Amino acid sequence: MTLFLEQMLNGVQFGVMLFLLAAGLTLVFGIMGVINLAHGSLYMIGAYAGTWIAGETGSFLLGILGAFAAAALAGVAIEYLVVRRLYGRDHLDQVLATFGLILIFNQTITLIFGRQPLFVSVPAILDGSIEIVPGLEYPLYRLTIIVVGLLVAAGLYLLINKTRIGMLVRAGSTNRDMVRALGVDIRLLYTLVFGLGALLAGLAGFMAGPIMAVQVGMGEQILITTFVVVVVGGVGSIRGAFFASLFLGVVDTGLRAYLPGLLRHVLAGSEADALGAGISSMGIYLIMAIVLLIRPKGLFMPNS
Amino acid sequence: MKPILLSIALASLLGTTAVAADAVKIGMITTLTGPAGYLGQDIRDGFKLAMDMDGGKLGGTPIELVVEDDGLKPGQGKQIAERMLGEEGIKLFTGIVFSNVAGATVPDIVDNDAIYVSPNAAPSNLAGKECNENYFVVSWQNDSLHESAGQNATNLGYKKAFLLAPNYQAGKDALTGFKRYFKGEIVGEIYTKLDQTDFAAELAQVRAAKPDVVFQFHPGGLGITFLRQYEQAGLTKEIPMVVAEPSMDGVILQSVGKAALGLNVSSHWNHDFDNPANKAFVEAWEKAYNRPLTSYAEQGYEAALAYGAALKATGGSIEDLAAFRDAMRKADFQSTRGKFAFGKNQHPIQNWYALKVVEGADGKMDLKTVGELFKDHTDPYAADCKL
Repeated sequence: MTLFLEQMLNGVQFGVMLFLLAAGLTLVFGIMGVINLAHGSLYMIGAYAGTWIAGETGSFLLGILGAFAAAALAGVAIEYLVVRRLYGRDHLDQVLATFGLILIFNQTITLIFGRQPLFVSVPAILDGSIEIVPGLEYPLYRLTIIVVGLLVAAGLYLLINKTRIGMLVRAGSTNRDMVRALGVDIRLLYTLVFGLGALLAGLAGFMAGPIMAVQVGMGEQILITTFVVVVVGGVGSIRGAFFASLFLGVVDTGLRAYLPGLLRHVLAGSEADALGAGISSMGIYLIMAIVLLIRPKGLFMPNS
Repeated sequence: MKPILLSIALASLLGTTAVAADAVKIGMITTLTGPAGYLGQDIRDGFKLAMDMDGGKLGGTPIELVVEDDGLKPGQGKQIAERMLGEEGIKLFTGIVFSNVAGATVPDIVDNDAIYVSPNAAPSNLAGKECNENYFVVSWQNDSLHESAGQNATNLGYKKAFLLAPNYQAGKDALTGFKRYFKGEIVGEIYTKLDQTDFAAELAQVRAAKPDVVFQFHPGGLGITFLRQYEQAGLTKEIPMVVAEPSMDGVILQSVGKAALGLNVSSHWNHDFDNPANKAFVEAWEKAYNRPLTSYAEQGYEAALAYGAALKATGGSIEDLAAFRDAMRKADFQSTRGKFAFGKNQHPIQNWYALKVVEGADGKMDLKTVGELFKDHTDPYAADCKL
């Protein structure tokens, strides 16, 4: 039972990380209609900048600020220099341009930091693990990620639902042209939204630093899963992205943890493991395919 | 800005054309991008080091090294090989890091009357029935790495092991190899993903299974991630780990730091080997590059030495492929491992050693050779090879 609980926590933690990335991606996609493949690069930039600063200064807090600043700056720069020219274009043009950005960012980081991964340790106050229920020790740092993720989700909820900017964002994701016609400075709104998405990606990247290796290409590894989240949750919906992230995080973790064991009841050991590993890595894509069949607009969007 | 860019472009153009016209081209297809990018970088730089120590030559023959990045994508590796074989007319190849890339690329090369010398990946399916006279391996057959880890675990007296490896050819070879020499019981076995970033779900299972020892194979950035999460989960103190060298190379060691202390590693080579060839290599590396020395660099270096020995014997000629192959088979070079020979399937026959992570004098973690595991070890697939 404690093992099951631990796996659920792992799933939620993975989901929360996905949410931080998916939130920005879904906003950019939903409001501006831009497919931004370089979103993973912002995650990487946040991780590198934050980790490097934290390593140089020895301060985790300065690291967070550095990650925020670098990712947001890079995000605004991408929007201003590249993406702004692509709003009216075809999705294929956007994919090409932002894919080009991935290559440029990866090479730039390689030039600056080299190919060896960077390394930051968990800050002392978050190191170690705590006993949540008797018999279940859970790493404090991972617990912190869950808490931070939920706080960000709550903050986004307030921002989107209770503020004027949020109202414009919602309006923009429903009917872009009408918002523009009403005299809202849509360019500024776009830049703000893009910057916000970048900020969240940077935060996710920095928080991933102590757990995962900070390395070139780390963004692409998680980007695909993030796109799945956006599609399942419904393009443009923060609420959808939140629930889809947690759902897919838990499903992915659950499949990895339990499917090989279940298959072992019907198949020989090694075959069950190989098959289980195969199916569990397909799991979230299967879910996406099913969602696309049944509710093409996403699980959490009203079907109009 | 533009003139600077232009001059850089010109300089790089000149750089590639400045090589003498009679230079022998060697095509290096390797993984230079992504989390495993440093693996290919080390192979490339190890290979280059051997050339630099010989004044840009190998065995007295001027060499033009053509390096391309496969991005850990089998399709890309295959494409590069086809271009190098066709348009560029390259006859000598090396460089591939990953078994899945090797599986797609090597058959193309060796079937087109070109030589491939592997500095790393050597999947089981290319070692047995499908062995090829144009295919040489200077590193090891994949299984051997993990056979040595299995033997190490047996020697250390562990009874219950939990195994983890990525779900691809080398991962399967890893588990097969380990089981071949581990005498205890396997209490759990998990295939992870080659691009996995979070191992929390797997680690929870490891903890629940309560093994004596964990054996895992995760090369490059994957290994760093795995080990750090292993430590954060508090498992380092609870369950000891036995690995083969790709899961604990020089870079991983420095990234993981103290968490690796006491870890049992097995390898065909270590930087502390006491022979003149190795001392020269380690010294040259430290002078040329300001970064940790890994076994990948050693393997790249040995691949260059193997080519050098053959080129020396044929006087730099690769026209007569049969003669070149014969010269290759002799492996007439001073190996950094002390002893090296090609077996029947042109994979190495070599010794394997037990290493341990200790704290060095400077406070940094260091790999220390503590014993011998196998003498003149060969792989089990050699028997099926009809060469």
